[in-house]
Amino acid sequence: MKIENLSCPLPIMDHKTIQLAHGAGGQLSNDLIDTLFLPRFSNKTLNAMEDQAVLDFPGKRLSFSTDTFVVDPIFFPGGNIGELAINGTVNDVAMCGAKPLFLSVAFILEEGLPMEDLHQILISMEIAAKKAGVTIVTGDTKVVNKGSCDKIFINTTGIGVLEPDLNIASSQIKIGDKIILSGTLADHGMAVMTSRDGLSFQSRVKSDTAALNGLIDSMLKGSNNIHALRDPTRGGVATTLNEFARSSNMGISLIEENIPVKSDVKGACEILGIDPLYVANEGKLIAVVSNEDAPNILDAMKNHPLGKDAVIIGEVVSNHPGMVTMKTGLGANRIVDMPIGEQLPRIC
Amino acid sequence: MKYLDEFRDPILAKKILAEIHKTVTKPWVIMEICGGQTHSIIRNGIDQVLPKEIELDHGPGCPVCVTPLEIIDKAIAIAGKPNVIFTSFGDMLRVPGSKKDLFMVKSEGGDVRAVYSPLEALTIAKNNPKKEVVFFAVGFETTAPGNAMAIHQAAKEGIANFSELVSHVLVPPAMEALLSSPENRVQGYLAAGHVCTIMGWEEYDPIAEKYQVPIVPTGFEPVDVLEGILLVVKQLEEGRYEVENQYLRSVKREGNQPAQELISKIYKITDRKWRGIGEIPQSGLSIREQYSAYDANLKFSVEDIQTNEPELCISGVILQGLKKPNECPAFGKECTPTTPLGATMVSSEGACAAYYKYQRMGK
Repeated sequence: MKIENLSCPLPIMDHKTIQLAHGAGGQLSNDLIDTLFLPRFSNKTLNAMEDQAVLDFPGKRLSFSTDTFVVDPIFFPGGNIGELAINGTVNDVAMCGAKPLFLSVAFILEEGLPMEDLHQILISMEIAAKKAGVTIVTGDTKVVNKGSCDKIFINTTGIGVLEPDLNIASSQIKIGDKIILSGTLADHGMAVMTSRDGLSFQSRVKSDTAALNGLIDSMLKGSNNIHALRDPTRGGVATTLNEFARSSNMGISLIEENIPVKSDVKGACEILGIDPLYVANEGKLIAVVSNEDAPNILDAMKNHPLGKDAVIIGEVVSNHPGMVTMKTGLGANRIVDMPIGEQLPRIC
Repeated sequence: MKYLDEFRDPILAKKILAEIHKTVTKPWVIMEICGGQTHSIIRNGIDQVLPKEIELDHGPGCPVCVTPLEIIDKAIAIAGKPNVIFTSFGDMLRVPGSKKDLFMVKSEGGDVRAVYSPLEALTIAKNNPKKEVVFFAVGFETTAPGNAMAIHQAAKEGIANFSELVSHVLVPPAMEALLSSPENRVQGYLAAGHVCTIMGWEEYDPIAEKYQVPIVPTGFEPVDVLEGILLVVKQLEEGRYEVENQYLRSVKREGNQPAQELISKIYKITDRKWRGIGEIPQSGLSIREQYSAYDANLKFSVEDIQTNEPELCISGVILQGLKKPNECPAFGKECTPTTPLGATMVSSEGACAAYYKYQRMGK
């Protein structure tokens, strides 16, 4: 047989319009931020590219963050869009060690949204805010034509205060640091995915949505030597670790056998052909901590209900700067890459 | 998790690996047919720990990669029509056509939906009787029964607004085409476990005999792949060439006969062009005349398809196992998953994507 018709389609490099993948938290999201947003709004605080802005105010240091929630379906096993909107922003504010205090909440409601659904969502927001110890102090509501949004979109913005000497940021990551994951992977993303229309199997996977400020408090009591914190939401643990590796320009090396995934979550991932490393979590954090204090911090985490399954999954290394690798069960090494966009279910 | 964890067990995997090291005395070239196996090999680093005598060549078993460009362009044209809901396995959505991909059709307002099963597409058809629902039926023998079932059900229930754009391909003719090529280097095959689950392995007996190659239907977990390699190496070292089943928990000699009957009820064997390889006689499936009402090829007249295939990409050579992805000058430079030059860099089963995703640093 001769090799004929060597094939190669035209490269599609420039997206003339926004694609869904631009919002999936992977490489295309990063490209959007780097090429369109940052050049317009560039300043020292924003350029740090953390989950929150740390602001020096006279006599205080503030942590300030915002997030918008557009999940479909709005009710899923283990939670709903409302508590997600509270916990998500509380977590972003807290991931520098700050104590979250106040939230704003803004709703975009689609004409025709059942009043009972809105009521349920508000009740869960009230409970979530109480649990997290934050107060909702301002808000806004807009209603749009049917079809102009999908049922309900929620934006929350949060403010917290932090101790003057605390400096938790990816710029603080050092070679030899240990990487701790606070619990099992992919619970939230798989709970949402398996409750979408069209999937003909049932699962018991529940979202892990939770406010993590209490866990962070306990960790800081164990040791102040926490170098970086982030909650691996959209894009999953792989994306967060790639962000850490890139912004610190150090390598991260993981051990495959240490990565905790619940058995039913693993099963759902296998059926759908999805890698749990890239699936969203809403109640987990990754801590990069000094090697010496890692045991103390791990103990402190294990003593908190939201960190009882905490485990060291890897360390910061000097080789392959900017890249995340994983030691496989066979003792080989592979790259754990930044995803491009959404994970696509495979053909077979 | 049962049926999974034991086939990912590192201790067992290392035992089989040691056995391979003990068995091999000469250099051998083995091809894994299926893209799922390629990904397992690269993801788990199996190629890094094998004896240097064993070279793994990556085969053409990636349905996304071998779907011809003109069919993808046709899919894009149909998906852009106003009254159409175009459904597809998620994998196909990012494959570049001549000008755009299906995701772009979606962002331009086309109703393009990723589904997990063709029966889901059929349900969409039932729920949207005023729309034409088209399912992009691609894949090997593995997906053919499900795709055939959708047409069977549509006919049974009288659902007239459902059709399939079919580009099915068959594994054995492609294996023969590769083996009969003067450039062939492959001395043994890991056959695709899921294809054999449907088709059994009897059709491989004459190929093993004629070309004197061991063929081992193999699964996808590290223990499966290593055991498959061990079985092939043992045969090669002993001068045997048989079909020997590694994937015992899934593959039977006769395969899944009801599934086979369903395939031949709805589809017939036809010549098929493979992207990057060319036309292979009797290597595809198309819809039989009596079910032509469900053939999107006939339902939608799409004229003026001008395919555009530039020359930098060597995916054809990659798909035949003649070169490794990292031997392509464009690999990781002009060609990355965000700027793919070929389908092999897009699909989750494509060899180039596997190399880029898991091993671009070490190679």
